[in-house]
Amino acid sequence: MKYLDEYRDGDVTRKLLDQIAATVTRPWALMEVCGGQTHSILKSGLDTLLPKEITLIHGPGCPVCVTPLELIDKAVRIASFPNVIFTSYGDMLRVPGSQQDLFSVKAAGGDVRIVYSPLDAVKLAQENPDKEVVFFAIGFETTAPANAMSVFQAKRLGLTNYSILVSHVTVPPILSALLEAEDVLVDGFLAPGHVNAVMGYWEYEDLIKSYPVPMVVTGFEPVDLARGILMLVRQLEEGRTEVENAYERAVTCEGNVPAQKLMSEVFKMADHKWRGIGMVPMSGYRLREPYAAYDAEARFPEVATIATDESPLCISGDVLKGIKKPIQCPAFGKECTPQTPLGATMVSSEGACAAYYRYGRFQVAQGQATTQQKVKHEQ
Amino acid sequence: MSNNGQTPKESLNLMGWTCPAPLRNYPTVVLGHGSGGKMTHDLIEHLFAPILQNELLDQFGDSTQFALSQPGRIAMSTDSFVINPLFFPGGNIGELAINGTVNDIAMSGAQPRFLSAGFILEEGLPMEDLGRIVTSFGEAAQAAGVQIIAADTKVVNKGHGDGLYINTTGIGVVPEGVNIAADRAQPGDVIIVSGTMADHGIAIMSVREGLTFESVIKSDSAPLNGMVQAILGVTPNVHCLRDATRGGLAAVLNELASASQVGMQFDETAVPVDPAVHSACEMLGLDPFYVANEGKLVAVVPPEHADAVLAAIRQSPYGANAAIIGQVVNDHPGMVVARTRIGAQRIVDLPAGELLPRIC
Repeated sequence: MKYLDEYRDGDVTRKLLDQIAATVTRPWALMEVCGGQTHSILKSGLDTLLPKEITLIHGPGCPVCVTPLELIDKAVRIASFPNVIFTSYGDMLRVPGSQQDLFSVKAAGGDVRIVYSPLDAVKLAQENPDKEVVFFAIGFETTAPANAMSVFQAKRLGLTNYSILVSHVTVPPILSALLEAEDVLVDGFLAPGHVNAVMGYWEYEDLIKSYPVPMVVTGFEPVDLARGILMLVRQLEEGRTEVENAYERAVTCEGNVPAQKLMSEVFKMADHKWRGIGMVPMSGYRLREPYAAYDAEARFPEVATIATDESPLCISGDVLKGIKKPIQCPAFGKECTPQTPLGATMVSSEGACAAYYRYGRFQVAQGQATTQQKVKHEQ
Repeated sequence: MSNNGQTPKESLNLMGWTCPAPLRNYPTVVLGHGSGGKMTHDLIEHLFAPILQNELLDQFGDSTQFALSQPGRIAMSTDSFVINPLFFPGGNIGELAINGTVNDIAMSGAQPRFLSAGFILEEGLPMEDLGRIVTSFGEAAQAAGVQIIAADTKVVNKGHGDGLYINTTGIGVVPEGVNIAADRAQPGDVIIVSGTMADHGIAIMSVREGLTFESVIKSDSAPLNGMVQAILGVTPNVHCLRDATRGGLAAVLNELASASQVGMQFDETAVPVDPAVHSACEMLGLDPFYVANEGKLVAVVPPEHADAVLAAIRQSPYGANAAIIGQVVNDHPGMVVARTRIGAQRIVDLPAGELLPRIC
C-alpha cells in the first residue's frame, strides 16, 4: 500500500535500529504517549529489536482506556432509555461499566450503533426527528475537531434531538501530571503524532521549560517509531532537551489552525477524571455555554447522580503512569484477559495490557528477556 | 490479483428471475405462504421446485430415501446462514448457504453429495428477492455438484427474522485412506493458504457500513470441493484442512495449534492480501488475519508434498493466489507466532470477540 509500505520497510527499520544501537551508551526509559504507537510497537515487535539499554513505557494515550468508569455507567444508562439512539466508536462498546457494557444494552433491546464519524450521528438525528440521538464523544485532541464539528453542525441545522456525552482529554496536562508525580521515571517522550497533527507542538515548548524532558513528535509505523526513538536517544546522549519533529509529513509546529479554532469555539478546558489516574486539573473539555444544550449530561439529568469508583484490584493506573508493566499485575492473563477485562488498559486493542496480552505473551512463554519486561527502577 | 484470483464464475442469472403467475398476486412473502395450504403449495411448486428439482426431491415424501453407494465414512455438517445484507458484492445468502456447507464437508476430504435446506422467511420479504436467492442457491448447488434432497419452508411474523435465514445440512463420503483432522498437524508440516485473505468480511462490512472504496471489494464465496479433490489427487496424506471463515486465518491456525499441541509459525509478508482489502483493513483498524473468508482454505501438509499440493491448488478453480505461508514447529505448543515485516516475532492470538473498528 503506497505511503504505508515505505514506512514498514524492514531494511530501513533495521538501519535505524543499528544507528540506535551505535548511539546508546546507558539505560534510558522512553514513553510512547499514544496507544496507537503502543499497538504498532508490539504488533511489529519493534520493542524486541531495540538495544537492551532502552525501555519503552506505555503511556496514557489510549482514549478508550482512560474514559472513567463513571462515564461508561452514564453511557449505559442513557443508551438504555427507550427513545434514544446511542452512537459510539466501535471499541467503546466492549468496555465494561460497573454493571454492564454497551453491547449488553444492545442485547437487552437498546438501540446502540457503531458509527465511524460523529457526523454520521448528526445524520441519524436528522433522519430520526422523534428520537434522541446521543454520541459518545471520547478521545484526545485527535477526535475533538470532528466531535466539535458535529455539535457545530447540529446547532447550525437547528437540531434539538442531538447531544454528545463528552469525555475528552488533552495531552499536555497529563504529561505535566506524569512529570510531577514522584514515582514516574521517564527520560523522554515520543509525542503522539496524530494529536500533534491537530495541535502542532508549540504547546510542548512551554512544557519542556518547566520539566526538562526531551520530546520527539513521532508517527506510528515501524520506520517512524524507530526514527523517533533514534532522535530521542541522540538528545538524551548529547544532553539536549528539545522538542523535535520526526513526523514531518503530517505535523507542523502550528498544527491544524482551523481545527484548533473550531475546538475552542465549541469546547472549554475543564477538570477531568482519568480512569486509573484520577482527577487531573484542566485536562479535559466541556461544551461552552452557547452549545450547552448539546451536552447529554444536561439533556438526561437522570444520570447526574451516577458516581462510580474504580475497581480496587486493577493496577491500570500504575500501568498508565508507566511505573508498572502489564505482566507485573497478578491478574494479568488470569482473571483479566481481553475477553474478561478488569480494567481500562485491557479493554481496548490499543490498551497497553491488551496489546501486551496479544503480542507479548510469546516472549514471556519463551522466557526471553526483552526490554519490555524490565522496569527502569529495577535496573 | 483481479477478481480475487478466482476463476470467473458462470454468470449467475440473478436478474432474469420472473415471478411465476400463481405467485404474482403477492409481491412479498405473507404468513399464508407458511400455512401449509394452497399458498404454501404454490410457493413450493412454482418457486422452489422448478429450481431445485431432482429425482430424490421429487419424491415429495415426509422423508427422502436414498443409498450411498461409495464405501467409506460418512461426513456430515450443518450450518445456518443469517447474513445481513442478503445481497452483497460477489454473492448472496443463497449461494453462501450452499458453499458454506459444501466447504465444511469438503474439509474432511469428503466429496459432498446431498444437502437439505431449511428456509425461514420473514413476512414482507420481496418475492423477487426470494426468487433471486433461490435461483442462486440452485445454481450454486449445481456448480458444487450437490443435490438438494430435503427442504422445508417456514414463514415468521414481520420483525421476527432478518428477511431470510437458511439452514443447510449436508453429507458426503470420505474416501478410504484419507484421514484429515485438526489434531494431525506435526512439526515440520508446511502451512498453505489457498488465496487472498479477508475478502468476504471486508465486502460485507463495506456494504453494511456504507463504506465505499475505489474498487468494489467482492466476497470470495466459492465451493472448494474441487480444490480439495485436486489436493487429494497429489497425496491422500493431508494432515489438516480448514476453511478460514469466521475468525479468519488467525482462528484456524490457533485451533489447529491447540488441537495438535504444536506451534505454528508464519511469515506476515507471505500471506496474500488483496491491496484494496488491505487498504480497507488499514482504514478500519482491522487485522486481515482475523477477517472472515468464504472461499479459502488452510492446508497443513507434510513437507515432501508441499510444492506439489501448492501447484495443485494454484491450478484448481479459486486457487490462483495460493501461497506457502509457514510451518508447524515444536516450539510454543498451542501458540501461533508471526514473523513480522521488520523481522521480529509476535503472537497471533484468537480474536477476542466481534471485530471492532478502532477509534483512531
